[in-house]
Amino acid sequence: MITIKLFGITREIVGQPILELAEPIDTVGQLKDFMMITYPKIKALNSLLIAVNSEYAQDEQLLTSTDEIALIPPVSGG
Amino acid sequence: MFTKEELERYSRHFVLPNFGLQGQENLKKSSVLVVGAGGLGSPVLQYLTAAGVGKIGIADFDEVSLSNLQRQVLFTTESIKKNKAQEASKYLEALNPHIEFKIYTDKLTSANALQTLKDYDVIIDGTDNFPTRYLVNDACVILNKPLVYGSIHGFEGQCCVFNYKGGPNYRDIHPTPPDPSAVPNCAEGGVLGALAGIIGSMMAVEAIKIVAGLEPGLAGKLYLFDSLHYYNQKINLGEAKLANKVTKLIDYEAFCSLTGTKQTINEVTAAELKKWLNKSPESIQLVDVRETYERAIGHIGGIHIPLHAIIAQTDEIANDGKVIFYCSGGIRSAHAIMQLGQHSNAQNFYNLAEGLKNW
Repeated sequence: MITIKLFGITREIVGQPILELAEPIDTVGQLKDFMMITYPKIKALNSLLIAVNSEYAQDEQLLTSTDEIALIPPVSGG
Repeated sequence: MFTKEELERYSRHFVLPNFGLQGQENLKKSSVLVVGAGGLGSPVLQYLTAAGVGKIGIADFDEVSLSNLQRQVLFTTESIKKNKAQEASKYLEALNPHIEFKIYTDKLTSANALQTLKDYDVIIDGTDNFPTRYLVNDACVILNKPLVYGSIHGFEGQCCVFNYKGGPNYRDIHPTPPDPSAVPNCAEGGVLGALAGIIGSMMAVEAIKIVAGLEPGLAGKLYLFDSLHYYNQKINLGEAKLANKVTKLIDYEAFCSLTGTKQTINEVTAAELKKWLNKSPESIQLVDVRETYERAIGHIGGIHIPLHAIIAQTDEIANDGKVIFYCSGGIRSAHAIMQLGQHSNAQNFYNLAEGLKNW
């Protein structure tokens, strides 16, 4: 089980601020893949920033249940 | 160096530890360009002007509208239908007569951006759309200037100092723009007016520290703020450094939007491409522009260049014969072809329509 904090439009797309996933997701890349396949509107964002424990995370990074994961989409408003 | 009036005006800075007379002198000698005099630009401009930044550029081609007044605190009801940069300067000149203002009422474009930005020490991105955000970012990378970035959405805001002393820039975290209309702007998604004041003030703090000679706290760090829950987080972007080096400005409207340019991109359907490959596979190059993790799940052959690296790895793309770009849905591959518009073999580039969905 991993817990993901959602920011920006991803929060509205998923419909909740925090997402808990029981799927077998081992890496950041797999998480991006899962989110894009599950939510076509997230796929349309084309670019997702994922932070693990407040650090920018590469696709290969392994995820554990204790990690603090944040999903950050592009934001344009100003 | 300072008049008696200025000594009194800035007296709270002079007594501020780590700032003092030197910091104020640095401010007076410095120049900052604010791109976008809207929700974020308003508080940024107010504080830069009040603080005593010597020269301030204001770039905004837009007019004030009634719905702006909920958050764009530089303007009054009388400002409606007037140019934002000019209206802003009127207010700001009254706030501090020691500042030199330069107004830019033309739209910032690839043609004028480098010329406009080059005379300033720090650039502020308070714009409200992706094409201008990528344009300002790329121009800052080319000119090697720090970029103070902010953006707002609903109850949330972000702030970051990009491209500071070789640190990460906006493209390092978002190499590819979202599909048109995938991310709502303030008009579509709404925004809490006072939030613009918070994020804009944070941007002003970072810009003032940089020109005063202090270290910005958000260099290479993305600050996220959720005003609904008063939650905040600071993301260290230290490892976000992609191979894709920006060397020239491109057509950012085309880069961020497929409309209007779609006709100029050759398309091939999955069924047609299979026929081509059966007939003469040796004359066709396939280019997979998806991310590494996607390719690992499965691919249809050819070379692999993720979209964010397409310019950096242009050399790997064939100089003759048909080249077919593909991704999962056909959007990113279309972006790749648009970015490669200047390639000598561009007329032979094809986009796999709908990507691998129909393969």
